[in-house]
Amino acid sequence: MAGRIKIRAQKKGDMTEVKALMRHPMETGMRKDQAGDPIPAHFITEVSVFHGDQPVMQGHWGAAVSANPFLGVRFAGGEAGDTVRVVWTDNQGGTGEGETTIR
Amino acid sequence: MKRHHLGLTLFAAWLCSVPLAADDGVFDQYRDLMGDDNPAVFVIDEGEELWFMPQGPESATLEACDLGLGPGVTAGAYVRFPRYFADADAVMDLESRLVHCMTTIQGRDLEAVTAKPYSLRGDFGTEMEALVTWLAAESEGATIAPEQTHAAERAMYSLGEEIFYYRAGPHDFSCATCHEQSGMRIRLQALPDLTSHTGAAEAWGSWPAYRISQGLVRTMGWRLRDCFRQQRWPELQMGSEASIALQTYMAVNAAGGTMTAPGLKR
Repeated sequence: MAGRIKIRAQKKGDMTEVKALMRHPMETGMRKDQAGDPIPAHFITEVSVFHGDQPVMQGHWGAAVSANPFLGVRFAGGEAGDTVRVVWTDNQGGTGEGETTIR
Repeated sequence: MKRHHLGLTLFAAWLCSVPLAADDGVFDQYRDLMGDDNPAVFVIDEGEELWFMPQGPESATLEACDLGLGPGVTAGAYVRFPRYFADADAVMDLESRLVHCMTTIQGRDLEAVTAKPYSLRGDFGTEMEALVTWLAAESEGATIAPEQTHAAERAMYSLGEEIFYYRAGPHDFSCATCHEQSGMRIRLQALPDLTSHTGAAEAWGSWPAYRISQGLVRTMGWRLRDCFRQQRWPELQMGSEASIALQTYMAVNAAGGTMTAPGLKR
């Protein structure tokens, strides 16, 4: 069920505002489960935002980001109807991707 | 010395600007920042998929499940709970009704479906949490109107009221100890007055809710179980008479309010 992203992209003046909500447990690797066994680290390490094919943001994340992270980004340009894509990879090799068009 | 006075003045001004009543000031700002973005949307999707997913020995979906408005009717069903079901001859909350449908329609094992209704540390949501979240969302904006026509439903309300005021456990706590006054709080957490319509409507109408601190959607059944834990009472069982009675008490006090779940909480 991980891997889903909900994205909204909206034109505001000459900027485009992107809001993305990602489904991910973001386990730090420091917690223990009910039985006392460590819960393996599982978190997003890299997240990128693309405007069409053009990368507009790339971030390196770590265990300090919350579960189901929420990302807000603004970039210059973008026209209504353009596609915006958000992609992430995590430390276990998992990936997630979501796409929307600018409103 | 002058600077010192200025500091005092500023401090006094700051004191006056802080509301004295308990409120969720900082948290309200957080909610505004999130806007309509509640991670519960993922759980809603997952719940809907689970409803239409064939499961159990019967390989059946839950579409034949009657939540009180007829088999498969999900819109507006949640706000009528807890309610009496003739086929089970019992007053049920949504969680126990779902268990009933899973065992009777899908033919699943009762022990298996009730083994772990709520997420533990490190879990990423359970089937029960997802289904309840989706079904609550199916009632979003609807008026809370639990059934109180059957004698068993009214008896459940009375029992709930009795448990609400019943003091027990090593701390001699009742639900009322925390929840019969308005404007009170524990640390920074505002406590709703569940004996009043306003407090009950706000509380009942905002669960299930996404708990940011846990990264999970929690149901009212879990909320009650956690209240029992905080009172150092024995563990409250999902679908038990005590749980359903307390939910009936709260839902009836909340009647007329609006269902806003899934909420977003600390």
